[in-house]
Amino acid sequence: MKYLRRRLAHGIMLLIGASVLCFLFTDLAPGSFFDEIKLNPQISPETVAALRAHYGLDQPTPVRYVRWVESVFRGEWGYSFAYNSPVRSLLMVRARNTLLLTGVATLLVWMIAVPLGIWIADHPGGWSDRLGMGSTAVLLSVPELVLALGFLCLAVRTHALPVGGMVSVGFDQFGQWSKLRDLLTHLIIPVLTLILAGLPVLLRHVRSSMAEVMKAPFIDAARAHGVSNARLLFRYALPAAANPLISLFGFSVGGLLSGSLLVEVVTGWPGLGPLLLEATMSRDLYVVVGVAMSSTVFMILGNLLADAMLVAVDPRVRMQ
Amino acid sequence: MTAEQATKRAARPALVRVKGLHKRYVQRRAFSRSRFVVDALRNVDLELQPECLTALVGASGSGKSTLASCLAMLEKPDGGEIWFEGREISRCDARELIWLRPRIQMVFQDSAGALNPFFSAAQIVAEPLEVQRRESGRTLHQRACELMEEVGLSADWADRSPLEFSGGQRQRLAIARALALQPTLLILDESLSGLDLVTQAQILNLLADIRVTHSLTYLLITHDLSLVGQMADYIAVMHQGSIVEHGTRQRVFGSPQQAHTRKLLAATQDLESAFRAAQAEART
Amino acid sequence: MKSIPFGASSFDGVPGLLRVCQLSVSYASRGHSPVRALRQLDLEMAKGEVVGILGESGCGKSTLARSIIGLLPADARVDGSILFRNEELMGLPEKQLRRIRGAKISLVHQEPGLALSPVMRVGDQIAEVIRAHRSLARKTRKLEVESILREVRLADSGRIYAAYPHQLSGGELHRVAIAQALACRPDLIIADEPTRSLDVTVQAEILGVLRNLNQAFGTAILFITHNPALLAGFADRIAVMYAGRVVENGGGSKVFGRPLHPYTKGLLDLVPRSTRTEYSAAGSHLPAIPGGPPDLKSLNHGCAFEPRCAPKTEICRIENPEELTPEAGHRVSCFNHDR
Repeated sequence: MKYLRRRLAHGIMLLIGASVLCFLFTDLAPGSFFDEIKLNPQISPETVAALRAHYGLDQPTPVRYVRWVESVFRGEWGYSFAYNSPVRSLLMVRARNTLLLTGVATLLVWMIAVPLGIWIADHPGGWSDRLGMGSTAVLLSVPELVLALGFLCLAVRTHALPVGGMVSVGFDQFGQWSKLRDLLTHLIIPVLTLILAGLPVLLRHVRSSMAEVMKAPFIDAARAHGVSNARLLFRYALPAAANPLISLFGFSVGGLLSGSLLVEVVTGWPGLGPLLLEATMSRDLYVVVGVAMSSTVFMILGNLLADAMLVAVDPRVRMQ
Repeated sequence: MTAEQATKRAARPALVRVKGLHKRYVQRRAFSRSRFVVDALRNVDLELQPECLTALVGASGSGKSTLASCLAMLEKPDGGEIWFEGREISRCDARELIWLRPRIQMVFQDSAGALNPFFSAAQIVAEPLEVQRRESGRTLHQRACELMEEVGLSADWADRSPLEFSGGQRQRLAIARALALQPTLLILDESLSGLDLVTQAQILNLLADIRVTHSLTYLLITHDLSLVGQMADYIAVMHQGSIVEHGTRQRVFGSPQQAHTRKLLAATQDLESAFRAAQAEART
Repeated sequence: MKSIPFGASSFDGVPGLLRVCQLSVSYASRGHSPVRALRQLDLEMAKGEVVGILGESGCGKSTLARSIIGLLPADARVDGSILFRNEELMGLPEKQLRRIRGAKISLVHQEPGLALSPVMRVGDQIAEVIRAHRSLARKTRKLEVESILREVRLADSGRIYAAYPHQLSGGELHRVAIAQALACRPDLIIADEPTRSLDVTVQAEILGVLRNLNQAFGTAILFITHNPALLAGFADRIAVMYAGRVVENGGGSKVFGRPLHPYTKGLLDLVPRSTRTEYSAAGSHLPAIPGGPPDLKSLNHGCAFEPRCAPKTEICRIENPEELTPEAGHRVSCFNHDR
């Protein structure tokens, strides 16, 4: 318990530090939101100055930081200049879309990689092993971007799948089942890309972790006692091999908000990715900070989860 | 040892004198407020006579390895004194340690772990010489081969990895490495455990030989007194962090004074008497 | 003391419990000739008998243990026959072998600390062995495990059940390993150096546990060790192994009292007598047999022990000695056993 409390305190300090840094960096970036307006000769400098004062952009950075923190506690999480609304409502909608995508993809990746990795590890050197290692090597060297674009091209050519976006035009008029079907068909390409991008790493880790444990003397000893092969794999080897996998799981959870940014932008999925890109380009300061901070929160939560799971699963960690 | 040799030996001053040594390990447990305190050494007094083999016996957890580490200056004790050749060494600074380290060398138990598998046998033996910059280049390799021959390993094996050696051969290699800097005191921490009877006897014979040629003093730490007990001049028994008994072999075997020593000896001798009984039974 | 007279049952051609005939095992070795770990090895055991296997590291003891339960690596070449209760184990399909392992023949590993999973409670690991061979409800299994723990003299069975291996001492771990082997009341327990790295006092306790098992339940024990003293007063018969063969085989006191093979004599000379004062002068030596075990990849035609043998003669280098029976119930493979 004490250990977890310590990790939590650590996490909170990390959050504070990350918020300061985020704020600082976005602030240091040259230019501001109103630069474009400034270029417009029809708008007077006084108007620009008034706008800046209205949004508090003329205050020094520490003051703005404090005001932002106040805004966070008030539940607004800052204000978006472009959308003219508190950041929170913006974030919530987009984050929900992102989580739908990454949640499905992460779940599927783990559900495929773990059994597959265990099976491959049980037949070292066999055809499944060689095929698995070969294909993951290829997949690892193909960038996400290329995968996404490739699928989109395919979709365009074959008209089999919608080309990007989350919903079709006229979605609101659909019946319930049609809505679901529409959503699912739009999900296919981005989810497939994410799976193909994330599967190789996990598969290799599962396989190598299991393969190493299978060589341990206690597996051999259990076999000498007549324990069946299936039991050896799942009751003896998997728990012992779980340690690195749990850390990876923590990363998976931690990356739920940030892992799909590129894919979203390329496939036009209305998640945090396009929002972040847009806000960065237009210097929509508080949106950028808001998105960055929410990713940080998830990262910290993911790590905490991994720590808690490790303590629960591995007695050796408990004793330290 | 004859009576004359014994008196001659006793007249020389002790090589190592340990007084009131103590060391405590504190472990903070992640899940309770309490700290886990282990008094590994409690007020240890010990003397090692020069050119003698002192066997240090005790159960696991009795503090033998901690004592060895402190003597070899791999760890600093929390209190007490260690006198080596008339100098106090437990609070030495780095400069003095440079002079001191070659004179006290250690051979560990797990030879497979103590020898770098990426080095060749000759490189392992030569490493201390290289570190202390006593030799270099061709003479280095030559000296390494000489040392290997001295411990009974063929110089043809100089380029082989330690993994290709058997357990007994690895211990010989570790001894060769320990001899490289011509030490005065050799500490062997459970170096015979895990070897079979014949190999143990061979290593003990080797140690007996080089003791004479190199004028070595030995501290041999073991949990099994049967073979070592035959070669030791002095026996010290350690129990829960202190030395409970210390004396010549004859005295300790003949009239053990502490209950723990008696228990240890009883267990050892039980086996041996069962063996003699079995032999006697067959001959009748 | 023992109800089985020396030289009875298995020796006189009656099968008894285990009969190993002309067992040969060799491992492939890349770029070298194969390693001949066992060479035409013969061994018999009667029901409830304690047989000691005496030999150095590298003589093939562990290979023998693994051959009996059929756990050799896939690339090992095996020849010969292993009869267990009149059933041929050689060539049995894996499924049937699994029913025998742990249930009829159990192996107690050398290093129990490594032979137990570090992330499972030891009680559960013993329960797994029961689960693999008997169908009992979980609660019954747990009670059974606790009763077995008490049999191996681990009185605090509740605490031991719930403990992880790293929380137990060396002696406790060895006892847990024996409990695992006992779980299904096997006919034969193969104990591979069961007291390795244990202190003398704990060692005596473990030997006591094994002795008790043998007397109370009639479990046969194949006790593998390199230290003859451990077998004194315990082993009914002793088989001395060298370079993959049994070179001497006889009743316990016969082998101790009148060792015939030079190797056995050399081993027995080393059994210490703590009271001996002959060796304490500086420079004096223990009577260690010179040299080391032979390279199993390149054994020549003669006796494998010849290079290290003292009373050797010319024929020893050329021919492998046949097995002789100089006295009843005592066999030896040596040309010069009467020297």
